[in-house]
This record gives sequence, structure tokens and C-alpha cells, in this order.
Amino acid sequence: MKKSPITAAVLAVALGTLAGCSTADPDGATTGGTNGDVTTISYGLWDSNQLPAYQQCATDFAAANPQYKVDVEQIGWDDYWSKITTGFVSGANYDVFTSHVAFYPQFQSNGQVLPLDDYIARDGLDMSIYQDGLVDLWKGPDGKQYGLPKDFDTVALFYNAQMTEAAGYTTEELNSLTWNPQDGGTYEELIASLTIDKNGVRGNEPGFDKRNVETYGLWMENSGGADGQTQWSFLTATLGWTQTDGVWATSYNYDDERFAATIGWWYGLVEKGYMPSFAAQQGISWADQLIAGNAAIVPNGSWMTGHVFGAVSDTFTPGVAATPVGPNGSNASMFNGLADNISKTAKNPDAAWEWVKYLGSAACQDVVGDAAVVFPAISTSTDKAIAAFEAKGVDVTAFTQHVENGTTVLYPITDKKSDVNAIMTPAMEGIMSGAAGTDSLVRANEQVNQLFE
Amino acid sequence: MATTPLSTKPALAVRVSRRYGQLAPALMFLLPALIGFLVFFAWPAVRGLYLSFTDYNLLSDPEFVGGDNYQKLISDPVFWRSMAVTLQYVAINIVVQTIAALGLAVLLHRFTRSMFIRGVVMLPYLIANVIVALVWYWLADYNLGLINSAISAVGLDRIGFFGDSQWAMVTIAMVNVWRHLGYTTLLIFAGLQAIPHDVYEAADVDGAGEFRVFRSITLPLLRPVLAFVLVVTVVGSFQIFDTIAVTTRGGPVDATNAITYYIYNLAFTRFDFGYASALSVILMLILASIALIQMRVLRAGHSDLER
Repeated sequence: MKKSPITAAVLAVALGTLAGCSTADPDGATTGGTNGDVTTISYGLWDSNQLPAYQQCATDFAAANPQYKVDVEQIGWDDYWSKITTGFVSGANYDVFTSHVAFYPQFQSNGQVLPLDDYIARDGLDMSIYQDGLVDLWKGPDGKQYGLPKDFDTVALFYNAQMTEAAGYTTEELNSLTWNPQDGGTYEELIASLTIDKNGVRGNEPGFDKRNVETYGLWMENSGGADGQTQWSFLTATLGWTQTDGVWATSYNYDDERFAATIGWWYGLVEKGYMPSFAAQQGISWADQLIAGNAAIVPNGSWMTGHVFGAVSDTFTPGVAATPVGPNGSNASMFNGLADNISKTAKNPDAAWEWVKYLGSAACQDVVGDAAVVFPAISTSTDKAIAAFEAKGVDVTAFTQHVENGTTVLYPITDKKSDVNAIMTPAMEGIMSGAAGTDSLVRANEQVNQLFE
Repeated sequence: MATTPLSTKPALAVRVSRRYGQLAPALMFLLPALIGFLVFFAWPAVRGLYLSFTDYNLLSDPEFVGGDNYQKLISDPVFWRSMAVTLQYVAINIVVQTIAALGLAVLLHRFTRSMFIRGVVMLPYLIANVIVALVWYWLADYNLGLINSAISAVGLDRIGFFGDSQWAMVTIAMVNVWRHLGYTTLLIFAGLQAIPHDVYEAADVDGAGEFRVFRSITLPLLRPVLAFVLVVTVVGSFQIFDTIAVTTRGGPVDATNAITYYIYNLAFTRFDFGYASALSVILMLILASIALIQMRVLRAGHSDLER
């Protein structure tokens, strides 16, 4: 389906407003290419926070390459994937689109996205400029490269500094927490002392009423499903456990004792009253609960930094601390990142590649870094983002230290991801709502592995 | 008026030609609806039936697998659970909604002439489903919601309306009762207005009490309308989707994974269009038989008014 002129005009106005600068007017680019041989490349992304930066990249790209013009379109996450999938069928897809590892295996196995190896070899691209591991996420099971990494994310602990101060914790102490699945280490001690009941009694004090908690030490952001990206993966990784053995594995490890122990400990926080029950956490999002003072700590991803730090109030002083050090002697974080895919339906694959190459280059990723929304995949651009966050008064070391120290574990990328989710989400919800024990994970893992038989 | 038949023979011819002479204009009037029916109902239904016998992930061509999808369905615990929670939803939703709407309609009919009050009853139905769902989702939030604040203020334990698997489907059913009550009331109210006043006057003369009038006059004479309302609301109720999609998304632990939501997930997040089509075919059969049974049992085609 082609956009009607009215939609296009509205979109152009909206984009211009969002970009906040009249020079980035996409219409200006059209009239600029007077020779009439301008190839238009359509580009899709879902994150409105990043739209201004990519609009800037598109403008810069068109300025440097007058034979091309890029139409950037942003659609919310939920509709985005329906549009991409149906776009493949109708043949009217974006030429280039921002992709996620949870979705691209499906596209790759059905031959809907183009491999980039020939282009990479032809143009002699240096793939070592990206942060370690990210390139592997976008290498398909056939060994071909389907995307150039554009950004990455890690996990850390967002907290309300007013509460940690009141509990007597310093920033140094918050950044050197320890954890183990038996007694929870100093991480659990912190969570206990930040939990406050209706009478003002703390979780580590006698007389604590766990049935009437005002502020939870730790917030549960649903069960984490199959990934536990922001919930428990940073804990299980310190036990040497990961969901799968490497990328494109054909079996999962949910029946492992270490995983069960971690989840058992995590659910124990609910029974102790330090974390809301599954029923209590359903509803208004974790970030709003943190900002509203219902929780003191919430582990979450670097992409939420702008949102949390933008919500300063009289009762909320945002802070971010490193994940706790586990039994293996270091802390850990799940590591995931996005890349741009070229659709099979791209009208001009060569033009699409030129744009993908630009998106994967320091020229564009520096612009994205300066916007201080996400961390670009190129190491030098990452530094720009760190500096840009610092200029905003946000210390993001808690996120970036994992990349520097090599304490990341890759997001579990396999085929049949959505089927795995469909089995693991109810299974994990059963455990976290107290309806089932961690022994149910063995059966769930059997079901998951049957998918690959 | 133009032709006055002189004998029976030409009269028949005229009648026949008249009947078929109106066929062309009749078809013209029916054509838009017919095209809509063929394009948006008949063809998708036939194609859905075909897809239910295939393995199809949208991105590559459908592959014929015979009755495999139907075989799989029998041993799929998630399917049976989703049927159970759908029935739970329909039962709560229909029973509460119909009784409440009937009561409300009778009250409106017997005791008020105020257009204002009749209008107020309809108000929730004027709000979009998704907005209704979101508003109640916030109102019923465990920590920040108004309802739980009130419950907690009177000294009771907070309730996880959407997060507790015991409560989630009940909550969703009640939210939809709230929204659809006014509409159902209006339909029943229209039925009530069709009952002649003289019947009520006769009952008054006979000295019948308010309850006796309801049981012996209102209910029997309302039966065709009630049958229509029940068929429409039961069929609609089985298709519960939007409230779930914007609140619980099938959780917790599949407690609100209603059949339409399961089908949607299979098709649009798991790309298993073949299996999703098989489930849709089963749902269609269930709905068709329910409608048929209801029409028969409630004798919807006959009214006791025909004297």
C-alpha cells in the first residue's frame, strides 16, 4: 500500500516537528534532488525516542549521496511486527527495517531478509569496529551475516536514591553488592532494608508486617518468561548458566539445578514480603511504580535510562547501580542489540545496502550516540553516548562496564523463539504466582526441547 | 392497478412476470451487500477452511497436511484450557449481564419516562472498548488503583483483579458487563415497548402484583426479543478479545487465554496460520450450533403475542 499524499504530508510535518529543526524537512530533500534520478529508500523503526537521531542520519545521508533519499517511518512496537510480516506477503515492505533477534530468525529461515556478506566483502567493511559479540547475533544459522549491529543494551539496577540514603547505603556500597542463590548475599540484605511496611518497620527489623508493605525493596516486572532479560538473567549468568549453549542452539537448559535455585530464591522474596506478589505486580508498569515510591529497586535495561532519569520529583531521585557480583566472582548482564535488515522485497537492494552501510558506520552512530538515548554498537560511538549521558548528569558506567569487562551473556537466539515463549511464559508465571514449584521447570524444558525434534 | 385480470390465465402470467420482473432491481439492491458478503465473509471462510488443512506460516507457501491440525488440537492442553476459560467468561458475562439488563429494562419501562435516565444507561456503551478496558485496568491496579485503595481503607486485603488467576477472568467479564449492560438493556427495553398496554391494564384489573405481572406477562411476551438478545450476546461473548489484549494478554498462567486470543497469538505472534485456522473452524462450528440450539429452544420465530 502506498501512502496517500495527505498521509505523507502529515507524516512529513510530524517528522519535521519531532526532529525539531526545519533543515531536516524531508520535503526539502525531495526538491533538492532536481535531476529526477533520486532513488527513494523506505526505512522503518519502532522507537519514537530514536526517531530524531535517525531522521538526522537520513538527512545527512541524502546530503552526502544526492542520488538517494530515505523515507523514515516510525510505528509502535505492537503494530510494527504485524506490518513487517504482512509487508513481506504483500510485497510492499520497508526496504530496510530495524530488526530484533526475537523476530529475525523467522524472517531468515523463510528467506525474507537478504544476506550482506557479498556487500561486506566488496566494500571491505571492518567488522571489528563493533562491540564484541554483537556481530554474532546477526549471523544466521547458515553462517551468513544479515545485519550490521546498530546498538546494544545491558542491564543494571535502577533505584530511588532517597530511599537508599535513608537506609544508610552509599553509592559505593550499592555498586559492590554480592549475591548467591542460598541467602541472597548483600543484595538481599539491601532489598530487605529498603522494604518498609505500613508502620514504617523495615524488612530486616523485628515486627515487620509482610502483609502490609508500603514500599517493596525489589519490584517484580512479570516472570521474565523465557529470557528473564531484565529479571533474572544477570543472576543466573553468575552461576555459569545460560538458557542455551551458544547462538542457534537446538535445545534449552531450563531443567538445570542452577536455574531452579535462582528462581527459587527470587520467588522467596515474594514470600518474605520484599517483592510484590505476581498478582500485585500486574498492572501499571514498573517504572511508574518506582517513580511513585512503591518500589526502591528495579533491575532493567539501558534503554529505559532516559525515561527513569527524566522523572525526577520531590520523592524520586533516580540512580543506577551495577548488578550484584555472583558466585563466579564477577557481575553479569544480558547483552542484546539491534541491527538493520534488508527485505527481500527491497526495490533496489544496492541502494538499500548503501543506507545500511551508512547506518552501520561511525558517521550515523555518532549522531545516535550524541542523542543519548541508546548505546551505539561501534565502540568509539559508544564513548560518545557515554559522554552525552554524562552531560545530562547521568553516569551510565553501571551499563557500560559489562562491555568493558567482558561480563556479558548474549541474548538467547534460537529458532522457534515465539513457541518457546508460549511454553515458558505460563510456566514461569505459575512458579512466580506460587501455583507451581520450580520442579515444574523440568517438564517445561521437555516441552521446549520437543519443539526442536 | 394497471392490469385488471379478465381470466385466471393471463393473471398468472402477469404475476409470474411481475415476480421475475422485479428480480433485476432486487439484485441491484442486493449487490453491494452480496459483494461485501462474498469478499469479506464467504471467501475468507472458504480459504480459512482450506488453510486449516495446511501448515502455513504466511511467509512460505501453505503445505497440505490433511487432518494433522485437528489431530493436534485434541491433545493440546492449551486449547482445552482456553475453551474452559472462554466458557467461564461467557457464563459469568451472559448470566450477570442478561439478569441485570432485564431488571434495568423493566425498571426503566415501568417507573420512568425520563429520556435523560434512559440516555445515562447507554453511556458506557458509547466509550470504545479499549478505553473502557484501560480505565478499569488502572482503577483496579493493585498498588495505585482507586478500587484497591478503597478496599484497603476499609481494612480488607487488596485484590489482584487482573493479576490473580482466580480473579482475572471474573474481572474481565465484569468490565464487559459494565460496558454492554446499557446496550442490552436498550434492546430488551425496545422489546418491552412492543408489548401492548392493554395486557398490563387487564392484569391491573385482575389485581396482579408487580412480580406476578413480570412472570406471567412480561417474560413470556418478551421471549422472542430475549432469544435475539441472547443469541447476539452469547456469540459476541465467545469472541472476547480486545479487553484481554490490552490488559492481561492471556495471563496469568493462561487464566485469560480465551480462544480468540489464543488463535490470534498462534497466527500473528507464532505464525502458525494453519493450526490457528483449524481452531477458528472449530470456533465457527461451536458458535453456529449454539445459535441454532438457542433459536430452537427459545422458539425465537414465534411470539405469544399472535392472538
